[in-house]
Amino acid sequence: MERRRRFRHIGLFEVCNTLLMLAVCFLTLYPMWFVFVNSLNSPQQASLGTVNWFPKELSLASYSVVFNDKTMMNGFYITTLRTVVGTATHVLFTAIVAYGLSKSNLIGRKAYMKIALITMLFSGGLIPSFILMTKLGLYDNFWVFIIPSMYTFFNMVIFMSFFRTIPDSLEESAKVDGASDYGVLFRIVLPNSMAVIATISLFSAVYHWNDYYQGVIYIRSQNLLPLQTMLYKIIAENSMSFMQQQAMAQFGARLPGNSIKFASMMVATLPILVVYPFIQRYLVKGVMIGAIKG
Amino acid sequence: MFQYRTGQMKALLKQWQLQSMVIPGIIWMFIFCYIPMFWLIIAFMDYSIAKPLFDSPFVGLKHFQDFLSDERFWRSIRNTLGMSSIKLILGFPIPILFALLLNEIRSLRFKRTVQTISYLPHFIAWTIFGGIALNWLGEGGVINQLMMAIGVQEREILFNSEPKYFWWITFFTDTLKETGWSAIIYIAAISGIDPGLYEAAELDGANRWQRMWHITIQSIRPTIAILFILAVSGILGSNFEQIFMLKNNMNMRMAESLDLYIYNMGLVSGRHSFSTAVLFARSIVALGLLFLANSTAKKLTGDSIF
Repeated sequence: MERRRRFRHIGLFEVCNTLLMLAVCFLTLYPMWFVFVNSLNSPQQASLGTVNWFPKELSLASYSVVFNDKTMMNGFYITTLRTVVGTATHVLFTAIVAYGLSKSNLIGRKAYMKIALITMLFSGGLIPSFILMTKLGLYDNFWVFIIPSMYTFFNMVIFMSFFRTIPDSLEESAKVDGASDYGVLFRIVLPNSMAVIATISLFSAVYHWNDYYQGVIYIRSQNLLPLQTMLYKIIAENSMSFMQQQAMAQFGARLPGNSIKFASMMVATLPILVVYPFIQRYLVKGVMIGAIKG
Repeated sequence: MFQYRTGQMKALLKQWQLQSMVIPGIIWMFIFCYIPMFWLIIAFMDYSIAKPLFDSPFVGLKHFQDFLSDERFWRSIRNTLGMSSIKLILGFPIPILFALLLNEIRSLRFKRTVQTISYLPHFIAWTIFGGIALNWLGEGGVINQLMMAIGVQEREILFNSEPKYFWWITFFTDTLKETGWSAIIYIAAISGIDPGLYEAAELDGANRWQRMWHITIQSIRPTIAILFILAVSGILGSNFEQIFMLKNNMNMRMAESLDLYIYNMGLVSGRHSFSTAVLFARSIVALGLLFLANSTAKKLTGDSIF
């Protein structure tokens, strides 16, 4: 009798808890589903904004507007370029610095580490950075996306502590064979650090893909705007590109802009959504390493 | 390492490769971190971006007096503290609660699936997430439909055009987006607890809640303390990407946080020296807050960052 009562009590909690967790999943997934459904709806349907589980009138009209929009496609190109170049330079530069700093026989190591640590505690902030970028000629320049984000203290520490776990004997034997420090780094250390390289690359790539506000602050020319900055302008400032205005005129006056917004949002998120299931393990690993070090 | 200068030079030359790996990094730090710190000096000048730095006159604390007597500055302080307090008081326990409840799920597969789904929104850009929020909160949006369907409100409300809702919108959107991600660290801490403790407690007749309170919470207390210190010391900050996305001319009265004020004054109105003065004052206060929160936590719980 007693055992049964206890069983039932636990059962009630378990049921509520499971339902709660399902609710969390629903709340998390539904917004993205909503965008997906409405991006596939005909512009007239999407402008109603009603809650649908599936598209009412299936239509790819909004996508064709987005994909035919030269400005948007240029934004897509800038974002892709920035993500590839930004991630590659970040990982390479940060890893090289971290490797140098991971060597305890490095002369001046203590001073270097102090210099690096102070950058974590203090920073100039928005206005001084803005002035600096202007003075460096990085304002309205593609490299403003790349050079200032080539290094972060946090990722340097993650690399450094990972490099220290690689057995010295591995490096020693390469040294005996006459390899230089760069040779050891590129032929022995980096190939043995693929897990941490993957994690940091992913974080860097997601940052570059999602960031919109560097574009808001530092970019003036239309042809250098990343996709996310364009989205910001379309959604928050309600500005439309010429192509979109034409498309809107074509669809009639009833604010079909919504479906174009949804389709653009989908285009900007799809790469993340598609790779997410495969990369999420690395992302969690990354935050764990960070948490242990931090 | 070496007693003699020549010896040191030789050693340095011998490891020129290692040095050439580190020195570019140090140069980068000087340019992108130390020079901006140095530029904070314009807080005490009437700086004009067109002229070389020292051609601009020093004006002492003029800009500090100016912003301290600016009503809009105090309004931005109020907004920042308001939004941060809601986030701190109501928002801080949510990821802990989520981690605790998730931990009670028996099926490992279900647990993993929920966890994976829960941190997906963290990787969705604020442009997208904010865009959905703006759509849902607007005319004919999902929230209005829902509220009218269940009879909470009779007419449509343009939530994002009414300033009084803004703080809550930032709170709810932030909670939806970041709860799963913030919970990871607690989930990791919980998974590190020795299962033997639970078994022993169960033998002693402790029920689920007692085990949760006496074992789980007590074990992850250092993690909670550290994250709380960081949260308190960040109280003068705000999520710029979020607020920038959700603000508009109608709700600016409640939306302009300190960050946004600095942005508006510095980059929109072009008052570089003035907003650098605000920036400067804020970093001093924030650093003070960090030390204060740290020592308080140390006294209360014995856990601290440094």
